Amino acid sequence: MARWGMVIDLDKCTACQACVLACKQENNVPCVGPEEAAKGRTITWLKLIPFIEGEFPHVKARFIPRPCMHCDNPPCVKVCPVRATYKNEEGVVGQIYPRCIGCRYCTTACPYTLRYFNWNPPEWTEELKQSLNPDVSIRPKGVVEKCTFCHHRLQKAKEKAELEGRPLKENDYIPACVETCPAEAMYFGDLDNPEHKVWELARSPRAFRLLEEIGTLPKVVYLMESEWQSGKRS
Amino acid sequence: MIQPLLQTGWKFFLIVGILLCFGLWAIYAWLWQIRHGLGTTGLNQPVYWGIYITNFVFFIGISHAGTLISAILRICHAEWRRSITRAAEVITVLVLFFGAGSIIIDLGRPDRMANVFLHANFRSPLLWDVTSISIYFTASTIYLYLPLIPDIAILRDTIKSRRWFYRILALGWRGTAGQKKVLERCISIMAILVIPIAVSVHTVVSWVFGMTTQPMWHSTIFGPYFVVGAIFSGIAALIIAMALIRWFYHLENYLKPIHFNNLGLLLFVMTLLWFYFTFAEYLTTYYGAEPSHLSVFYSKVHGRYSLPFWTMVITCLIIPFILLCNRKTRTVAGTVVASISVIIGMWLERYTIVVPSLSRPRLPVPFGDYHPTWVEWSITAGLFAMFILLYIVFTKLFPIVSIWEVQEGRKHSLTEVHERVKSYMPED
Repeated sequence: MARWGMVIDLDKCTACQACVLACKQENNVPCVGPEEAAKGRTITWLKLIPFIEGEFPHVKARFIPRPCMHCDNPPCVKVCPVRATYKNEEGVVGQIYPRCIGCRYCTTACPYTLRYFNWNPPEWTEELKQSLNPDVSIRPKGVVEKCTFCHHRLQKAKEKAELEGRPLKENDYIPACVETCPAEAMYFGDLDNPEHKVWELARSPRAFRLLEEIGTLPKVVYLMESEWQSGKRS
Repeated sequence: MIQPLLQTGWKFFLIVGILLCFGLWAIYAWLWQIRHGLGTTGLNQPVYWGIYITNFVFFIGISHAGTLISAILRICHAEWRRSITRAAEVITVLVLFFGAGSIIIDLGRPDRMANVFLHANFRSPLLWDVTSISIYFTASTIYLYLPLIPDIAILRDTIKSRRWFYRILALGWRGTAGQKKVLERCISIMAILVIPIAVSVHTVVSWVFGMTTQPMWHSTIFGPYFVVGAIFSGIAALIIAMALIRWFYHLENYLKPIHFNNLGLLLFVMTLLWFYFTFAEYLTTYYGAEPSHLSVFYSKVHGRYSLPFWTMVITCLIIPFILLCNRKTRTVAGTVVASISVIIGMWLERYTIVVPSLSRPRLPVPFGDYHPTWVEWSITAGLFAMFILLYIVFTKLFPIVSIWEVQEGRKHSLTEVHERVKSYMPED
């Protein structure tokens, strides 16, 4: 079985946020409006996390795109009282929207704070409604949602491959963010398949994962040339 | 002791009216929340849990009033328990409702509550909560009802109105020796059973937080810490309830200063025990100095949550300690003031456990503040009001001081205790 994972090359990422927008567009993520955003209710399945060092004008800022880590040892799955979130055989941590009771235990258990809750009924303007993606269900108010590695694209790719009577190829299934990245900084594939690019990149000496020490076994790998290695610091 | 059931003054109806107003307003706020979503609260990312979860933990904590006092004092043959066991047991049974209610109010989709039973995931501490609290509610109801039976029989034989009600509930109690023996046996069994159940309840409630990896939640001390906190707030609630009953129903003869003194001593012990656990928790966090933990620690000690935190220290430690350490201040009034202080402090304690850890997550988020809205405050006030309302309705239907247990005490206790103490002494 595949084990889907993502690699994000921070040395290529320009923090343009095209991935963030592509994700919102692909997955029918509602815009909450400026008042709700000011209250901290924005939903961004993929988000750029700022790591800021220093004070102005000597600020050093690094932005790290943070989708769902799809952990192999997910703390969120353990605590859901109704098993509305679960990890499937291919390692994708899914969310069953009709079953979720909105208790938000998964949101508080996630150490990455990457789960989102629909505090209000989602709204779109008439214009935006025309660009809703028919492959992705719309979530009602009161349920939790998060990045799904564009699992609907996997289902479509599998169906297409089956129709054509062939196995799934590496580029058949790519989430929207990976597809969009203009710097080609994102890679996606089967972490257990040596023929996939992510297999090799995940083992790079530049590779690290966020909050590795907690033991969640996240499947999003970041690549960054550390300053120690590149000789910028003595 | 039956007087309150026969006569009801205008003061009662006035209080009921006021409490109903709070209750109805809370229902309106809840319906508003159901219609518009949890966006009507002040919750956000990352503070996904706030006052509702605080209320949940707080109310479940108060439920330890009944068990510990009633069950433990019964098992220890403490004779001074006789006038207070009923008042304590009623607190437990009623407050569990409101604890469970608080969680339901917090759900994004309360209409899907049945999913908890249909798709139960027993790996989740919330399911442990559901199991434990259901068992505790059943056990406490039985434990309230059993000692109530002889009193209901007295009411059945004495009161003219509502006689059918008491006849059904009395289950044909005639006070025969055989029946008494069975009842005593059942009560003893329940008294023993209910203690581990009660300990498990607040332990699993604490594990909702303890089983996550969040800074200042993932602490092994949480199980015992919450149980101690629950007993602490439970005794305080009981003292307040007793004082109010004593005042309104003129029960000075049954709820005497010695009762308040003894409960005050227990409250004093719990103050020290609570402080010990709290100090251990905070010292360990501070000394270990892990950055993500210190971020939460400092937000409590001198950051955004310093006001609730230090108020909690004053109301849970300083005020009760001063009032309860000295016999002269351990009067009815003194213990009541200390208890009110503890109740406020323990609510703040739950708040400072739930919110700061969420407001300072490991990864940077743009917001970390929580401002509760009118919806949350209204519902909180309504929950307290409805609890008090149901409690005083109980006192109008059943005697709040156990008639037969006090009578039994008058008849048998002196000789029993005399024999017992004699058995401790060396033979002549």
